[in-house]
Amino acid sequence: MVTVQLFASYAELVGSPNIEVQLAQGDRVSDLLRNVRALPVASRLPATPRVAVNRAFATDDTVLELSDEIALIPPVAGG
Amino acid sequence: MSRSAIVARPIDPGALFTEVSSIGCGAVSLFFGTVRDTSDGQGVTGIDYTAYAAMAEAELGRIVAEAVQRFTGLSVVVEHRVGVLGLGEISVGIAAAHQHRAPALDAVRYVIEEVKKRVPVWKLEHYTGGTRSWVDPTSRHSEVRA
Repeated sequence: MVTVQLFASYAELVGSPNIEVQLAQGDRVSDLLRNVRALPVASRLPATPRVAVNRAFATDDTVLELSDEIALIPPVAGG
Repeated sequence: MSRSAIVARPIDPGALFTEVSSIGCGAVSLFFGTVRDTSDGQGVTGIDYTAYAAMAEAELGRIVAEAVQRFTGLSVVVEHRVGVLGLGEISVGIAAAHQHRAPALDAVRYVIEEVKKRVPVWKLEHYTGGTRSWVDPTSRHSEVRA
């Protein structure tokens, strides 16, 4: 399991600043998102949110480590 | 020199100008984003800015590094504020200094466009009717244009 950080609208929709997600060694971002979609809270989140790994945007095929800092990133709205 | 930061205090335009300017630069370009009083036809009373601060700092740093590489000889500073901001307050400030005006102007444009696409900062708008809403530029035409 890994802790995935949530921010802004996602944290509000889920009611928590993070969620616990199943992850195995060698899994990719696409695997993580599939596991997120299996959670009861998934209906409150978009199907394919942007994912950040270690404070940078990741792609679907980014390989994850259990120690990575992972976050789901709502559409950014700075400026 | 160049610098970027997420800040929880008011942004000081004069300080940004002073930080980048030098006698070797013939041009300083400034950009400030401010809180406006309407959004999609609704009256706005203020905006609460939140950030994934650690990543926002990292992404701002990457954008500044790209700008410095793209515009050789550039000095640039960018600050993005978080917290509750009232109407007219500065949410983002960029100052770019260069020997010549074209790179100074182009660098500011480059930085603000990348900030809007890549930096994990979010706006919770508060409206005159007492309601509030997270801004989603991917679903709001006016924000895409802004």
